[in-house]
Amino acid sequence: MSIDAVTVKRVAKLARLAVPEAKAEPMAQELSAIMAWIEQLNEVDTDGVEPMASCVATKLPLREDVVADGGEPDKVLVNAPRRVDNFFVVPKVVE
Amino acid sequence: MAGSPLTGLTLKGALDGLAAKSFSAEELAAAHLDAIAAANPHLNAYVLETPDQALTMARASDTRRAAGDAGPLDGIALGIKDLFCTEGVRSTAASKILGNFIPPYESTVTANLWRDGAVMLGKLNMDEFAMGSSNETSAFGPVTNPWRARGSNRPLTPGGSSGGSAAAVAADLCLAATATDTGGSIRQPAAFTGTVGVKPTYGRCSRYGVVAFASSLDQAGPIAKTVEDAAILLRSMAGHDPKDSTSLDVETPDFASFVGRSVKGLRIGVPDEYRLDGMPSEISALWDQGIDWLKRAGCEIKRVSLPHTKYALPTYYIVAPAEASSNLARYDGMRFGLREDGANLAEVYENTRASGFGEEVKRRILIGTYVLSAGYYDAYYLKAQRVRRRIADDFDAAFLEVDALLTPTAPSAAFALGDRVSDPVSMYLNDVFTVTTNLAGLPGVSVPAGLDSSGLPLGLQLIGRALDEGTLFSLASALEDSAAFRAKPTPWW
Repeated sequence: MSIDAVTVKRVAKLARLAVPEAKAEPMAQELSAIMAWIEQLNEVDTDGVEPMASCVATKLPLREDVVADGGEPDKVLVNAPRRVDNFFVVPKVVE
Repeated sequence: MAGSPLTGLTLKGALDGLAAKSFSAEELAAAHLDAIAAANPHLNAYVLETPDQALTMARASDTRRAAGDAGPLDGIALGIKDLFCTEGVRSTAASKILGNFIPPYESTVTANLWRDGAVMLGKLNMDEFAMGSSNETSAFGPVTNPWRARGSNRPLTPGGSSGGSAAAVAADLCLAATATDTGGSIRQPAAFTGTVGVKPTYGRCSRYGVVAFASSLDQAGPIAKTVEDAAILLRSMAGHDPKDSTSLDVETPDFASFVGRSVKGLRIGVPDEYRLDGMPSEISALWDQGIDWLKRAGCEIKRVSLPHTKYALPTYYIVAPAEASSNLARYDGMRFGLREDGANLAEVYENTRASGFGEEVKRRILIGTYVLSAGYYDAYYLKAQRVRRRIADDFDAAFLEVDALLTPTAPSAAFALGDRVSDPVSMYLNDVFTVTTNLAGLPGVSVPAGLDSSGLPLGLQLIGRALDEGTLFSLASALEDSAAFRAKPTPWW
């Protein structure tokens, strides 16, 4: 399936990636070439085949429901782009 | 520049020398730090050198050894791929978006290495978020392969994504290195640099603290100078970790004890589908040579069929970007890493991600988002997961008849930097022989087996049953003995 510039912009919006107007068309061509190559998967008969999400047993291990660590705001915030006291400072979300 | 004799040692040789008190861990670390300082401006293998930390760790190792308290890797000077989080030491995944990220925690794999006494020399260059096969997607610029074609000065790729790890080992800038492999990122660079690379069974090594790319495929492993060195290092890296829910709760064998064991009577499969049209004749010839070596060592050779091989790469380029687009959603500029300005929150996200991610990473995020988006999920993502099952089933069927498979590692020798950047699909084809094992979760080893006509190293790959790295180490050491690969790059740096 061919991907056009409008689709690139829609997907970029979903992925929260700014794509400049001038880049949308070249990106569409690149992605179309990759997707065209991927289309060959349609040759494979997969009727009744269970999708494989993981190579390991899918039973999720459970741990004891106890507090194992925490209470370390300085470690949590050490890489914050902006911080005040023990808070991340983020752009205004609600007007 | 001719290095100190200490940097020319194997990991095993260094362990023996340390045990015999022929030299100290501090001398060993200092020799490597000197070599790095001289070579790195030319090779760009390290993105961060940590000399103070290395010498401090080495002195502590010498103290432990003097007290009779040395661990299995005590004093061994290692390079660490920058995908591993190291507490208090900048970890970037070679991406601008992580900026100056200083992890407040240690990855389990590196914690295991320090527990066993190893010394960190620094953090190694790589493709951004491990997405690439040539190291050219790194925000720090590409690594240059220490190898050059005979009579040429053209800079070559060391492969990727673990290009820094492979180049550093090949150029004697560490005794061995950690690496990671999502589609071939340990084995292809090992083949391009004349080193040994091991991708263990999925789940052998904890993914905790390893920057995530495609979680169902990512697996850590060693790049080393010899098969034995790789076996020693893997034993320390591996082990169950409750912090990674996909980590396998199984015993870690003494992998080195399998090195040098007889391979007589083992059945080796040679998959028909790996003989590609247009494959360089030197690679076919080396493969045939490898078959002959194993035959002489007493193995029984069988032709096998893995009919869905050609679909592995297209499957990978749905599964890996889908998982990556989800994993990389965390880079939003709020809690760590780069943050760019914008008129509103959505613009802050979009501008941060647009300026922080490189072109290949963006491409894969867009593919991943596209194949997971409404209306395409079944057609692409579920379809790929079903083909993935077929690929795993092919291996299961083959392993009813054989104990391991022998293939080339990569479809070419190292190519020139810049040669393939403009064509993503041709770059992706580098992983054609390696990606199948990631999809199936199986272990694979690349062993340097010869040089091509221009003097560049070529590798052979062994693929084994899940959790049967032991057999692979025996076979890899048989290949290593037969190939007697002693070539080293001629230092030009």
